Amino acid sequence: MNALEKIQRQIQWNRLIAVVEEQAQTMIRTAFSTTVREAGDLSAGIFDLEARMLAQAVTGTPGHVNSMMESVGHFLKKFPAAGMKPGDHYITNDPWLGTGHLHDLTVVTPAFRNGKIVGLFANTAHIIDIGGLGMGPEGRSVFEEGLYIPIVKCFDQGQPNETFFDFIRVGSRTPVELEGDIYSLCACNDAGAKRLVEMMDEYQMEGLDDLAGFIFDSSLAATEAEIAKLPKGQVWQAEIRSDGYEAPVTLKAAMRVEGDKIIVDYAGTSGLSTRGINVPPAYCRAYSCFGIKCVVAPEIPNNWASLSPFVMEIPEGTILNAPRPYPVSVRHVVGQLLPDLMMGCLAQAVPDRVNAEGSSALWNPPLRGGAQVSGQDAEVEDFEIITFNSGGTGARPTKDGLDGIAFPSGVRTMPVEATENVAPVIFWKKELRPDSAGAGKTRGGFGQIMEIGAKKNAEFAVNAIFDRVANPPKGRFGGGVGANGWVGLDDDNGTVLRSKGFQVVPKGRHLLLLLPGGGGMGDPKQRDPALVARDVADGLISPAEAKRLYGA
Amino acid sequence: MVSNARLAVDIGGTFTDVAVEAVTDEDHVSRWTAKVLTTPHAPELGVLEGVRTVLAKAGLQPSDIVLLIHGTTLATNALIERKGAKTALLTTEGFRDVLALGNESRYDQYDLNIELPQPLVPRRWRLPVPERLDNTGKVLLPLDEAAVRAHVPFLKAEGIESLAIGFLHGFVNPAHEKRAAEIIRSEWADLPISLSSEVSPEMREWERFSTTVANAYVQPLMASYLARLEKGLRAGGLAAPIFLMLSGGGLTTIETASRFPIRLVESGPAGGAIFSAYVARQRGFEKVLSFDMGGTTAKVCLIDDFAPQASRTFEVARVGRFRKGSGLPLRIPVIEMVEIGAGGGSLAHLDSMGRIQVGPESAGADPGPACYGRGGTHPAVTDANLTLGRYDAAAFAGGSLALKTAPAEAALVEHVGKGLGLEAGMAALGVVEMVDENMANAARVHAIESAKSYDGRAVIAFGGGGPVHGYRVAEKIGVKRLLVPSGAGVGSAIGFLRAPVGYEVVKSLYTRFGSFDVVGVNALLASMSEEASRVVAEGSFGAPTAEHRIGYMRYVGQGHEIAVVLPVRPLTDADVAEIRAAYDAEYTRFYDRPVPGSDVEVLSFAVTVATVLEGVEPAAEVADAPAPAPIRVQQVRDTATGIVAPWNVYDRTAMNPGATVPGPCIVAEDETSTLVGPGWSCRMDGLGYLELTRGDA
Repeated sequence: MNALEKIQRQIQWNRLIAVVEEQAQTMIRTAFSTTVREAGDLSAGIFDLEARMLAQAVTGTPGHVNSMMESVGHFLKKFPAAGMKPGDHYITNDPWLGTGHLHDLTVVTPAFRNGKIVGLFANTAHIIDIGGLGMGPEGRSVFEEGLYIPIVKCFDQGQPNETFFDFIRVGSRTPVELEGDIYSLCACNDAGAKRLVEMMDEYQMEGLDDLAGFIFDSSLAATEAEIAKLPKGQVWQAEIRSDGYEAPVTLKAAMRVEGDKIIVDYAGTSGLSTRGINVPPAYCRAYSCFGIKCVVAPEIPNNWASLSPFVMEIPEGTILNAPRPYPVSVRHVVGQLLPDLMMGCLAQAVPDRVNAEGSSALWNPPLRGGAQVSGQDAEVEDFEIITFNSGGTGARPTKDGLDGIAFPSGVRTMPVEATENVAPVIFWKKELRPDSAGAGKTRGGFGQIMEIGAKKNAEFAVNAIFDRVANPPKGRFGGGVGANGWVGLDDDNGTVLRSKGFQVVPKGRHLLLLLPGGGGMGDPKQRDPALVARDVADGLISPAEAKRLYGA
Repeated sequence: MVSNARLAVDIGGTFTDVAVEAVTDEDHVSRWTAKVLTTPHAPELGVLEGVRTVLAKAGLQPSDIVLLIHGTTLATNALIERKGAKTALLTTEGFRDVLALGNESRYDQYDLNIELPQPLVPRRWRLPVPERLDNTGKVLLPLDEAAVRAHVPFLKAEGIESLAIGFLHGFVNPAHEKRAAEIIRSEWADLPISLSSEVSPEMREWERFSTTVANAYVQPLMASYLARLEKGLRAGGLAAPIFLMLSGGGLTTIETASRFPIRLVESGPAGGAIFSAYVARQRGFEKVLSFDMGGTTAKVCLIDDFAPQASRTFEVARVGRFRKGSGLPLRIPVIEMVEIGAGGGSLAHLDSMGRIQVGPESAGADPGPACYGRGGTHPAVTDANLTLGRYDAAAFAGGSLALKTAPAEAALVEHVGKGLGLEAGMAALGVVEMVDENMANAARVHAIESAKSYDGRAVIAFGGGGPVHGYRVAEKIGVKRLLVPSGAGVGSAIGFLRAPVGYEVVKSLYTRFGSFDVVGVNALLASMSEEASRVVAEGSFGAPTAEHRIGYMRYVGQGHEIAVVLPVRPLTDADVAEIRAAYDAEYTRFYDRPVPGSDVEVLSFAVTVATVLEGVEPAAEVADAPAPAPIRVQQVRDTATGIVAPWNVYDRTAMNPGATVPGPCIVAEDETSTLVGPGWSCRMDGLGYLELTRGDA
């Protein structure tokens, strides 16, 4: 290979990353579900014909990282590349062949150049409703959680599969959004395919094999070089307690470096739940990988090779290896704790590169009202919404945690004014929660307080999926715990609601949510007093707590 | 005898550019320009100096000037450097942290050490007031007037200099915001107040409050600067009206600018885009990409039918490497531009995978690129261009700065070449190809987001780097025509002279086509039209104006609106069906197919009133002229093939209109060099612009 070709391969790699970004942006612009267009709960990538991911859009959320990648292999098993035609699009929401719950649709589309298939585009998006019980933990099997779509063709050589769309239209509470989203997913893969072919024309590339080899070799070598910097011959163990549904859940990990790989063993982790907080293994791998990569190799782009050195050993029968047909709808509430668990292990290897534990699992209140809750006594129109909200993130080695910011999830929340325009709800309060940040030399991020009612103070329901209520985020290296979460009513008694499950907020009352704060890091007494004074002046730390925690 | 002398002033970070145009004796328009150093401590001094300089050059008196147009980065700089007023925010109780929470997201997924932009108003000055409206503007909780009043002693004690008021749904019903302002004024008449319902009356509380607070933050500074400037100009004998350039591309009066100074951010780049639009009109290019590459960033802007693309959202003061989401959101009318961290000073290095990365870190003016010989050891894009043989080391910047090849090559080998096994020349090629690719990628994504294509489009390149990198970026996005106008060094100031006096009003009103509120929409549009006309009348002096109305709409449930043009008259029921059809057509243009069975909702309306642009005479065809003789030959490495070959160098000033020179070659001038790649040819048109074409274009 000559010098020019060396440079051109770099340009082509750069171009592929731009192509998948265009793919993701097209989806955001055209999607109907607020979960995609407002929250950004999506993923997009390009694959070779062996289902190896070459590039993934940086826009998107970590839960799809490995899971979407593994999914493409399942598609090819059922529909071999050789039989694919231009204009075909394939779809599934199978939690075990896709990204872990029925709400995520994955679409795979072949790209053709001069009549020959050259690659595959895939994307995943979290759609707003897929029927069944709706987003929440209450299902006792996946069959209750919604419409189950096996891997099928949704478009056959450009023609919509009307039988498929007929099923879709009757199976969802939001058929227009669902159908529109499927069109959007297909359109964005087409956009990616068009760009790929343009690049191949420009550089007169017959296939992607050479480029793929270059991307994989460079990425693998760089990842292995980072892994080589970690101490050898040690086992780093960590444990996190999650509130669980019917009983607390213990997540246990033992991490070690073996050769060029990082291996995580989850032995000792709790067994399966009877409710939808179980985690399919691909989703466990996704958030575990994300947690490790953030610390060990944050700058290396995601692809088949850069993800391959991270190996998860997930024993059967644990909550992190849920088999079909266990319920898995809200697998995020357990899965999003995994980066904290990974950093608990890595804190023993590279203490100056990890965060304290944070609120971590999203605090999304799925709200429902109208006749589906109150029957004929309903005072407001039927509604079904979910907003994406977060507590504080864990303190960082040299910086405070972030206040009310999503981590590890990559989603955004929507404006209160917009939410109040799409559903008859009123947010009476949404602001930072004072005295919720774990103390430390660097403190955790503050959580939030949210108070939500229906219009006319009508009855409504919440399908709670909250964690860190009984088990607050821990600090590290002498840092304090973040405030635990709290779920209840705004009444004088402080009526407590369960942190998980479907519950009715009675007429006249509001739902009150106190979102957890992040854990602190290091000895609070070593914190810069000026920063403590700033937080006191800002009303975020009470004078009494400042004195107690910081001696200020 | 000269007449109709008009003057434009653009304050940039380093230089203040001044341009004057006047009709001279022969009925010919002449232009004089001047560049003086910006005086950040008192920017009006630089302006006055520049005006004196250019008038002396032109032999004109201040009294000869009939119009002065001014654009400035002062508001932007105050936001970036956090040098605005001590600002407080009165807001709905329960929502004092809207500015801090933003959209609760991180703009970088993998960076644990990410920094988020800090709100302009710290929490202790974000003061809650009990009150609440619902989404229709109905009062759920009356304004607690006593609570408003009770904040005044605290505001005074804290030395607050400017106040923003933003209540939830305040854009639907401004009564609470207005009443709160009244109460504050009754206690403290001199405190400048910005209302969210006036500054940015649109849905989305974070963006609206952020815009309102930013307006309040720069308002005292800008109002006092504009007053000093006016005083200084008047004292110097200028009697002409003074106008300010808006970020949306129109002009407004000092009075309006002093109330809504946030609308002045990015007025310099807006001037550049208007300059391109004017050049496009001169040449009759209906589809253009304006490409302005300077020392630290490149800006691209799509211009269709001679109008720069408009937008309503903008981010200022980004803290994360030009990353989207890392700045303060502003919701104001702006010319839509994408800014990329790619300029002549952008530094190159290898990442952990051996990939060449260019920018956004920049060598700045000091030490500058390695080739400046001032101690820079990291390779910048300028070093790579020099090493490729694109510059004459002795003649750079008109000979004012002799470039040194040895440190440039050494820096390239050390930071790029060694890791890849490349000598300096190929390392330089890699750096330039990568920066060109980055700019082309940004331009491609921008076109996708705008549902535009590059088929049949021309690039208009300016700035120090635009003419150098333009042809290769054009190749990468599939464009076959490139224009390098003259006067590009002060393009923004010239653009100011081409801008209409105009004002845009945007307001939210929610309605659906299924139940279209014709009466309500007509009432709103009429009031908006009245407001915009009033602002424009202050400065149009009876010149003819035109009105433009737009509805921003989307399928119910979608997140992004599409702009649909509305007739400028009261709407009838029959119009509603036609507008709906226009929406479907526009949606299909973006996304190939309409969505069956979905209603369409309208979120907001925009009304623009502006003076009608003077007609532009189309450029006359010019007869072919002989090519000039090359002034020298340089060995240049082509970045597409790596081949080193002798390229002719021509002096732009020695080239006559109608002359054509074949690529590969370089057309050099003091401010920059225009590169004409292999396969391209370059002809000077009747306006003195260089027109590059490729193949069968």
